[in-house]
Amino acid sequence: MAALCEGYTLCGLTPDQNNSTSGIDGIEEERDSDHVIVTDSNRTVTLYKVSDQKPLGSWTVKQGQTLTCSAVFNSQANEYVAVSDNKVIRIWKEGDVLLDKTFKATVKADIWKVHCAGGEQPVVLFRRGAVRQLEHLLSDPQQPIEDVLAEDEAVRWSAAIAVQTQQFVLFTTELGGENFFYLQRLNPHSLQKYHLEREEAGLLPLSVSASYKDDHISLLCLYPNGFVYRSLVSVRSPVLDEGPRALPLPRNRVMSLPVGEGRLKAASALFLDDSHIAAVGAHHPSAGADFLCIWNINFQTLQAGKEMGGKIYGQLWNYSNKFFIPHGKRLSVIPFTCHKSSLASALGKLRQARPEESKCPTYVPSWNKILHEEKAPLSKTGETRKTRSTRKTQASLSLTAEQVLELVKTAPAEEVQKEVAELLSRQDIQDLQLGKLASILVCRSQADPHFYAHSSFVHLVHSQFLCHSVCPDLLPLALERKDYFLCQMCLLLFPDIPEVLTCTCLKAFICLPDVDAEKMCLEPESVSLMETLITSQHCQGDLQNGFSPPSRVEAHSDTANDQQTREGSEKATSRLVCPVGSHKAALLNGILQTAYSDTFLLPHLKDLNSQHVLLFLRYLQFLYLRYSQDTFPQAHSERAPSLHQILDWICMMLDAHFTVLVMTPEAKGFLLNLHGFVQSQVKLFSELGKIEGSLQELQKMKRKQDVGQYSIEIIEIF
Amino acid sequence: MGEFVVHRVRFFDYMPSAIRAMAFNGSMQRLAVARGDGAVEIFNFADNYFQEKVIPGRSDRAIEALCWVRGRLFSAGLSGEIIEYDLEKLRPRYSVEAYGGPIWTISCNSQETLLGVGCEDGTVKMFEILEEGIQFQRNLDRQKGRIISLSWHPSGAQIAAGMIDMIRIFDAETGHATHRLLVERGLGTTRNTEVVVWSVAFLSNDTVISGDSAGKVQIWDAVTGTLIRSHLITKWDVLGLSVSQDESSVIAGTSEGTVVQFQALASTMGQENNQWVRTRTFKNHTHDVRALVHTDTAVVSGGMDTQLVVRPLLDKVEKNTKESALRKILFPHKSLVCCAKKAGLLLFQFPDHLELWRLGESSAKGQAGDRLPVMKNPEKLLQLQNKGEDHICCSAVSPCGSWVAFSTVSSVRLYKLQLSNGNISIKKVSKLPKELHSVHQLCFSSDSSRLFASSAQASVVVASLDQLQCKHLHTLKPKSGSSQPIHLLSASENGNWLAAAHTDGQIHVFNLHKLKLHCTLPVYSSCPTAIAIHPTTGHLLSAHADQQIFEFSLKLKEYTAWSRSLQREGLHPLWLQRDTPITHIAFNRNKPAHVFLHDAFMFCIIDQSLPLPQARKKLYNQMDLKTISPQKRIQESHAFKICKMFQHLLSVDLLDDSSLVVVERPLADIVSQLPPPVRQKKFAT
Repeated sequence: MAALCEGYTLCGLTPDQNNSTSGIDGIEEERDSDHVIVTDSNRTVTLYKVSDQKPLGSWTVKQGQTLTCSAVFNSQANEYVAVSDNKVIRIWKEGDVLLDKTFKATVKADIWKVHCAGGEQPVVLFRRGAVRQLEHLLSDPQQPIEDVLAEDEAVRWSAAIAVQTQQFVLFTTELGGENFFYLQRLNPHSLQKYHLEREEAGLLPLSVSASYKDDHISLLCLYPNGFVYRSLVSVRSPVLDEGPRALPLPRNRVMSLPVGEGRLKAASALFLDDSHIAAVGAHHPSAGADFLCIWNINFQTLQAGKEMGGKIYGQLWNYSNKFFIPHGKRLSVIPFTCHKSSLASALGKLRQARPEESKCPTYVPSWNKILHEEKAPLSKTGETRKTRSTRKTQASLSLTAEQVLELVKTAPAEEVQKEVAELLSRQDIQDLQLGKLASILVCRSQADPHFYAHSSFVHLVHSQFLCHSVCPDLLPLALERKDYFLCQMCLLLFPDIPEVLTCTCLKAFICLPDVDAEKMCLEPESVSLMETLITSQHCQGDLQNGFSPPSRVEAHSDTANDQQTREGSEKATSRLVCPVGSHKAALLNGILQTAYSDTFLLPHLKDLNSQHVLLFLRYLQFLYLRYSQDTFPQAHSERAPSLHQILDWICMMLDAHFTVLVMTPEAKGFLLNLHGFVQSQVKLFSELGKIEGSLQELQKMKRKQDVGQYSIEIIEIF
Repeated sequence: MGEFVVHRVRFFDYMPSAIRAMAFNGSMQRLAVARGDGAVEIFNFADNYFQEKVIPGRSDRAIEALCWVRGRLFSAGLSGEIIEYDLEKLRPRYSVEAYGGPIWTISCNSQETLLGVGCEDGTVKMFEILEEGIQFQRNLDRQKGRIISLSWHPSGAQIAAGMIDMIRIFDAETGHATHRLLVERGLGTTRNTEVVVWSVAFLSNDTVISGDSAGKVQIWDAVTGTLIRSHLITKWDVLGLSVSQDESSVIAGTSEGTVVQFQALASTMGQENNQWVRTRTFKNHTHDVRALVHTDTAVVSGGMDTQLVVRPLLDKVEKNTKESALRKILFPHKSLVCCAKKAGLLLFQFPDHLELWRLGESSAKGQAGDRLPVMKNPEKLLQLQNKGEDHICCSAVSPCGSWVAFSTVSSVRLYKLQLSNGNISIKKVSKLPKELHSVHQLCFSSDSSRLFASSAQASVVVASLDQLQCKHLHTLKPKSGSSQPIHLLSASENGNWLAAAHTDGQIHVFNLHKLKLHCTLPVYSSCPTAIAIHPTTGHLLSAHADQQIFEFSLKLKEYTAWSRSLQREGLHPLWLQRDTPITHIAFNRNKPAHVFLHDAFMFCIIDQSLPLPQARKKLYNQMDLKTISPQKRIQESHAFKICKMFQHLLSVDLLDDSSLVVVERPLADIVSQLPPPVRQKKFAT
């Protein structure tokens, strides 16, 4: 959830005569989040302490000179860098009073901008597209500067991003109505040119902004028709042979901002995080223009809006959760908060993100698609044209989705299955229709006890277009009809199963006799995984993380009496016998892998009786021991719960039933085992802590022996 | 023995230059090494790899290839000239412009009648080798693209040329190209970049072996022009190839710093059909291996990391002998540091300038092992920049610190310095006698009144110094007709004697009062690496490349008793196993029995009054002596007192106040100045 806080004025503005520009050239962050430097378009650079709303220093160039790029702060050298009259680089420190007496260097070509990203060295971008590190440039200011851009190509926007050690300069250019995007890497230098897709004729981006996440730079472009596009550029992609060829840069539309009548004139959009953008200059959906808005692009909802008095110049900066926005005759600072908002986080713990999952996300329908189904194209822009054509050809051959929807209401089970399978095999199906289809089938099954379309459900769940919220009755129905295979699939594939249902499933699975479970047909991979886990011979030699189960028993036996020791050793052998069959275990694994939130899950867990709790805990312990014993391929299989999930569930079960377990005599050995395990881990960490000190001392000693350039020593020779 | 105050100096920023090319002369056992700064060094492999000659570089001379023709040495480089060197005068004898743009390679046929050079403009030019020079003969068919590498067929009838993306084979008789072997480009992203054939080798069985920038070593059949076998040995470039004399083994150097050996082996025992099989990989370099030589017993490699590495092939040498040890030659075998003993100054010689430093001072006293607080930091008094393209070949500072002289191959410069309470004034001596124009070694007398310079024809020029004048007094010439250059000069402290050592091993001693030859020492088989005359006894001490030490009495003209006993008892085996030569000898006036010597890894004080170490006793016994009682220490100690506390020594000298000056150049400092090596994957990064 995002919210805008009460703003305050940082300084007044002196807009130019015709009131078209704000008079501010740029705002850059200074030493910390509370200091900014503001460059106005005339001659002055001012340093502000934001929370005090007061200027700390101000520097002005001589009459007749102008600052042509916003000043930046080089935090490595504690210097300010600015450019006057396009060619003169000026560098000064905070203590310098007069700009004229500070360092100046004249270079050979016009400078577009100086960038200084994330504490790195400043980088100079020239108007003709060349990029130099300031250091290198200053070592020989008269060095020739090459032309990178074509004759009439002009830079429109630029930014710099620092990623660990790598620095990037990004800029967009315009040449005869076409827009290009350049990605310049520094050290080693390489330049990549991209071609931005053309919007409607004659529309050029009003604002561009860039952000970096997970090896990708996302570029946000706002066009005068209110459309906001996002393009992803991988920074890890290999540097291709540099040629004049510009790669096409795919984009997708993330928002369509309301524009009112006509087109936007001065507007700007910024990324706040993955799911939020801030826009200024666009219309508020219910009020008029002149609003600063935060939009959630996942749900296409307006999160917060604030009216800005006076004219909006389409300028917006964001530093450490504060907007800087010039409007009317002042520059306002508006702090904001922006938390992640996703359905899952509101409901409970996110599914454990695995690399496989990031590749094929589950298709939870977005409001956008539901509300503007026809208007908003699918996110895969490249495919739309193709799917349209295939839809045309296929529609003539088989039934349309609407026809199928009608058909399943009445047709016999076999025919339903056939049609559903056919529908799913098509490419152009829409998730919403599948949701409707599933709900219809569920309704029919509920109403008619003889009707149950098992394989259709399995197909639908497998398509990954369904989720629990779309069809909330599917899982209870499956439980009711004892279709455990479908339950398993739902648990594995739905991201949003409520905790109460998870608990119901757990109860049902535990109560299920092993004999019945073995007869069931379950997801084969999960069953075979459990079979190998149960049957494979364990090798006791390996230790993981310094923990070995047998030694733990020994350590524990020091404190316990003889009888307990014997009990413990008996347990040690029995612990490696799986308390449940492989089919039942596969079902339980499905539970372990679902998303949950412990606050919601705990109350429901209390419903289990102590026998079931103990059985489940023994099973969890068995899993844990197997995992910690051999280097079992935990990560290899998608069907195997991770070690963290197992441990989380053990903790949760103990939390829910602690008093009951303490009172249960059978649980005693088990609890002692766990206690011993925790003790050994604590011991290990305390030992590591002890070593740390000595290691640090060693490092210090090494440093001392360093000999400088010169020393006078006394040696004795015998 | 006692305590010494040691000035431990690490501010000499000596940076050796990268090795660019090498050539080995098997009959003379000499290796010629060309460096990035244009210098050519001659190593004598028959005499403990001693660097006996250095031809100073020139800033515009970028040597790409070297070639021996009998005893003559030729080089070619990017300046487009072919240069023959005068190995006696240590300077280029003449240079011939090839008129083909930069030259990338030079190769001589096995008949040693023709010299082929590969040029930037795509021509292979043939030069006839005459007694007095070389003469252009003709061009082979001109190709598109530069000729990077050349190799003659041993019969002299064909020549293979490595180019970009291909290898051409020419008929040496007609000059026409007979075959075109297309070399495949690298995979993946390197597919678009052209492949450079850095090196080719043409074997007598009509096999061509090539090394290229895509990391492949390929074996071709030159008769049919087909590829027989391809070995991908690196992700980077294969920069050099070298074939053994019997053509049974080939080594290839890569940009990763590895050297890979291939051997022609029969796939089954006793059969003839030999195949080239990759056998061994040596990794002795961190950077590009630019130059390679396959001698009969060893792999010699050098490259960007400036080290010359001799890696013996253990199947060719006897194990656990001196020949089987790996040798790395890091530093020149000639001192680049000159110490003004009286004034406490150090003169550092760089290729294009000299630096004069004053040592720091400390008034504190301390015990052994202490580091004294430095009261006055060392001070750089002077930086003398050499004018012109030629690099400095030798330099000297007078003991009193008032004269500095240096020489290039073309001229000598002499400066008078005046140091008065912090101010320094320098005056160039404008009129030098004409005899001082091309010298190999410079030396001042101990009272700074004479300048000695070793000149051409093995003569020594004696000049007198007075205020701002330098007058030629005499030219000393040995009787025998040795024409090898003098590489060591040493004047006695009393001004009576001057000793001069030649690279052929002769040592002459001149009487400076009578200005004539006093005596000639018996010639020892190994080249002297350092000589010095004792200030009081008048004995001449010489250290040789095979680690032997001799002491010769100049009065009696015979070896001294100590020297004879040393020869009789023999030096300690560990002493003989050291692999860097003694480069400087100094004496302590107050303790006549003490001799100071050093090599790159230790310095040693020889106490001639003590018994020599027995072979079964410990040579490096300083640590043992430290722990035992003083009485026992006297019994245990022997004449060689070796201190290994300081490493990578460029110079050790004794000042007049009996303090030692130790100039170290830690390898880490050199490595830090090298360009980064090629990126290699480590631990899945």
